[in-house]
Amino acid sequence: MLYRENGQFKTTYSADQQIFPIRQDRLAIALLLAIAFVAVPLLASEYLFRAVLIPFLILSLAALGLNVLVGYCGQISLGTGGFMAVGAYMAYNAFVRVEGMPLIVAILLGGLSATVVGVLFGIPSLRIRGLYLAVATLAAQFFTDWAFLRIKWFTNDSSSGSVSVSGLQVFGLPIETPVQKYLFCLGVVCVFALMTKNLVRSHLGRAWMAMRDMDVAASVIGIQPVHAKLSAFAVSSFIVGVAGALWGFVHLGSWEPAAFNITRSFDLLFMVIIGGLGSVMGSFFGAAFFVILPIVLDNVPQMFGIQIDTALASHLTTMIFGSLIVFFLIVEPHGLARLWSTAKEKLRLWPFPH
Amino acid sequence: MKFKSIALAATLTVAGVASLLSTAAFAQAKEQFFPVLVYRTGAYAPNGVPWANGYVDYLKLVNAQGGINGVKISFEECEFGYATDKGVECYERLKGKGATVIQPLSTGTTFALTEKAPVDKIPLITAGYGRSESQDGTVFKWNFPLLGTYWIAADVLIQQIGNKEGGLDKLKGKKIALVYHDSPFGKEPIPLLQERARMHGFELQMLPVTAPGVEQKATWLQVRQSHPDYVLLWGWGVMNSTALKEAQATGYPREKMYGVWWAGAEPDVKDVGEGAKGYNAVAMQHGAEHGSKVVKDVLAQVHAKGQGTGPKEEVGSVLYMRGLISAMLGVEGVRRAQEKYGKGKVMTGEQTRWGLENLALDQKKLDGMGFAGVMRPVSTSCVDHVGANWARVHTWDGKQWKFSSDWLQADTQIIKPLVKGASEKYATEKKLTRRTPADCQAS
Repeated sequence: MLYRENGQFKTTYSADQQIFPIRQDRLAIALLLAIAFVAVPLLASEYLFRAVLIPFLILSLAALGLNVLVGYCGQISLGTGGFMAVGAYMAYNAFVRVEGMPLIVAILLGGLSATVVGVLFGIPSLRIRGLYLAVATLAAQFFTDWAFLRIKWFTNDSSSGSVSVSGLQVFGLPIETPVQKYLFCLGVVCVFALMTKNLVRSHLGRAWMAMRDMDVAASVIGIQPVHAKLSAFAVSSFIVGVAGALWGFVHLGSWEPAAFNITRSFDLLFMVIIGGLGSVMGSFFGAAFFVILPIVLDNVPQMFGIQIDTALASHLTTMIFGSLIVFFLIVEPHGLARLWSTAKEKLRLWPFPH
Repeated sequence: MKFKSIALAATLTVAGVASLLSTAAFAQAKEQFFPVLVYRTGAYAPNGVPWANGYVDYLKLVNAQGGINGVKISFEECEFGYATDKGVECYERLKGKGATVIQPLSTGTTFALTEKAPVDKIPLITAGYGRSESQDGTVFKWNFPLLGTYWIAADVLIQQIGNKEGGLDKLKGKKIALVYHDSPFGKEPIPLLQERARMHGFELQMLPVTAPGVEQKATWLQVRQSHPDYVLLWGWGVMNSTALKEAQATGYPREKMYGVWWAGAEPDVKDVGEGAKGYNAVAMQHGAEHGSKVVKDVLAQVHAKGQGTGPKEEVGSVLYMRGLISAMLGVEGVRRAQEKYGKGKVMTGEQTRWGLENLALDQKKLDGMGFAGVMRPVSTSCVDHVGANWARVHTWDGKQWKFSSDWLQADTQIIKPLVKGASEKYATEKKLTRRTPADCQAS
């Protein structure tokens, strides 16, 4: 009834090609952004910022990056944690070694370093595909784990191998309080989400999707596999690297390689699969599922005032979380994003479906 | 089907938001709140569980004895599974409830919280672990590595090895291998050991083990090839028992192995049993203290009433005592703060920090609390946040831990310059200025 595009006529090509062709969608997104940028900073508690919103935003960004590679280009990668680590550590090096290095430039340099590493580890994708590629990208994960643990230069000769940053600021504005951190992350995520959305609608994105759907056919119609695959690796690892830098700089403040271990890679891959492969929205859904749900489940017994053993509560959380993953995959194998679009489809017909 | 699942997702979202809001709106009672970060699950659970039980049992004991000058203690556990990011989440969650002190029992989490504690004004007690340079209270205002750091532990171990050899000068030309957990925790002792190696002319061989440490075949192959005179074991959790089993398999004498206190408790050696006989570990003051008065108090006043947290047999074991003493230090910090800011009042994090910085636990006080023979006096100051640098070495005899050395004091002549250098580096990196003597007096 409310959600219907009747009467909205497009008179120009640009109107037809915009990201949200339906007015209600545009309004909803504008409202969402307004809430995220204005209402949330005014209302949310410090806990909500630090433990929920900031990790959610950063992991959404990382999932978005991985989604470019896995969802749009069809190249499975298990090296995401490693690329995040490259982003974080190289941004750290740029930040502490160069006097007066602006934060944004450091983070982008981290992203660029991750791009280089990503492309390097993407080269095998030209010859191998599917699960074999996944195993090859696993090498990226182990290599970066090893490099940041053992090569002292990367950690600025810190005796314990743990690095930390402080005194963050952007254009003279400090990034210290949770609200400032949140807004900074939100800004970065919005820019990257918009960029990704436009990229996947461009000729490059179409080349990726062609490569994903059938690489032989794609090369027959003139898409270069080298170009398509490596550009997907480059874009993906750039975004993932930026997310890694944010994770280290903004969320943790002090980190060690274990913050980007193999578990992180798996988590991100699962986020993308559960959220929805080949969907920008899905990356956000997946991250929300993985960040918010366990915390909510942790808090449920307390909400009802039930006193249970901490270990039991933790095991229960893991069990329920696991079964929910299975449940959602059975109900909708294409991820939460597909559920979302199904809901929208139904809503367009509601309340008279026939 | 689709609608159902959408409805379910919507319900979950609503429930989620509601629960997060309810957490934020948690009412703060007039009680001293102690957050308890624990890991009762995961790879390190065998060691995390006794620590957590000891910690909570002591808080219960204080309540059973009337609280801190009448102020009852409330506490809440948060499970973080030794994962740094989850630990930070737990910290944020419990912080909102009026946290007095925070004790993470994880070096990784300590590093992350060191950045946050000064902002939130919550003192961070890392009894026996954490950043070694944080004993410098003029730079690390909110960190309290009470009862010793990794540098103190490493120093005491080298001294003990020196004693075995008949003097530190006899270490010349010897080879000591450090088998360590490849994480900030494992790397902490390296600067001190390098310094000692330089002084005494022994060779330090470094053998990192990838966490969690279930795969050590390659490491012990290296031990077998180079055959060091001594092996220092800087492990935690499953890594320790694996190392001991590997040592047994390669035939490396366990008598020549020395562990850090994280590698010197019952769970580390129990599974190996007789195979670990002769293995030594540094005891940061206490060991297994089944006979001490405080343990009897816990059994009589907490466990006998059916309020014990864990099994009875565990009370008094090494890591249980670690948790118990950690809790005691936090409680005593509050008690000391009350002397200045008003007895019978709830202390804030800032006030507790003063209490911890001015701890004065002499032997008489300790004896009164039932810690006779368990630990030595602790007294802290603005400059010195450790409070004590004594330790002992204990040895596993196949059934239990027994002390095998006298009290040993770490050489402050060696540690001081290291601490100064490292804290200086930290201060420059963070653009911090050292606290002035006036600041020390004031707060």
